Amino acid sequence: MSSIVSTVLSLVLFVTYIGIGALAHDTHFSLAWAILSTALVWAGPAQIILITTLASGVGILQSAVAVTMSAIRLFPMVVAVLPMMRNPGTKRRHLILIAHFTAVTLWVECYRFLPHVPRERRVAFVHGLGCGLLAIGLCATVIGYLLAANLTQTFASAILLLTPLAFLFSTASNSKGLADILALGLGLAFYPVAALLDSGLDILVSGVAAGTIAFLVHKWRDQPGEIS
Amino acid sequence: MRDFIGDWHALVVLLLAGVIPNQIWRMLGLWLGAGIDEGSDLLMWVKAVATAILAGVIAQIVVQPPGALASVPGALRYGAVAAGFVAFMLTRRSIFAGVLCGEVVMLVGRWWLG
Repeated sequence: MSSIVSTVLSLVLFVTYIGIGALAHDTHFSLAWAILSTALVWAGPAQIILITTLASGVGILQSAVAVTMSAIRLFPMVVAVLPMMRNPGTKRRHLILIAHFTAVTLWVECYRFLPHVPRERRVAFVHGLGCGLLAIGLCATVIGYLLAANLTQTFASAILLLTPLAFLFSTASNSKGLADILALGLGLAFYPVAALLDSGLDILVSGVAAGTIAFLVHKWRDQPGEIS
Repeated sequence: MRDFIGDWHALVVLLLAGVIPNQIWRMLGLWLGAGIDEGSDLLMWVKAVATAILAGVIAQIVVQPPGALASVPGALRYGAVAAGFVAFMLTRRSIFAGVLCGEVVMLVGRWWLG
């Protein structure tokens, strides 16, 4: 059973990066750009936010702010992952690459694998795991890019559709609490409305508005429980 | 080779708007380590906004599609995503079933429309 789950995770990673490669192609980024973005950013949501905002012609600053908001979640993830492999003898520089590899997939896999790995071997193990996942992501980026460049329009559009589908369902399956579900639903619903305003800040306006409402509703729902 | 690399300006933008905003948070996690409360209000709010921004980008790709996807009629794009979502819910949240169903609906729809 656990091997099936691991296959599904790698498969989702693969499909996600096929979509990102195709998206980079159809928004006129170069193949080197797509490869570097996967290798150096290594966070799917941040990459599609970056590609989509840059391609829609908004400023660098707005893109950077949108990407930063999505990247903040990496901070607690790194904080949670690193203590699992720290030894008294572990130097901080041994963990730099692991911090770079940290993203949703590695985070989930660490919780699954590390209990079976002796503590002194964990740093080496996670380097291998991270390289393997990154290799899957890089291959998929190139494949997606080349497919989008060479396929008929029908199949190219099918590959482009992978991105919204894969991200929508993987975000939905990660949404546990009310705040997550509301943020996802309202975020989807608010974007078309914000796009009508045509302020040039559509993504940020809809994201901050929907996220804040989701957060406030969650707080407000929580309150009676705290009192009683 | 020139096509492969593209223009340097785009690579600088990648560094400024993509790489740095991501690596800052990973390295902060590495340096500051413990002492962060995952359930804090600020982090909850950030998480909600990040989810909503991602949702907005998903909506943008479907509503104002890039490249080849623009050749697919709007109704078919929305229908495919909706069908995928139904499959996702019916299969107890299987990401794969959702993606597969959405893709099949779009391809069959295009073939049917000619």
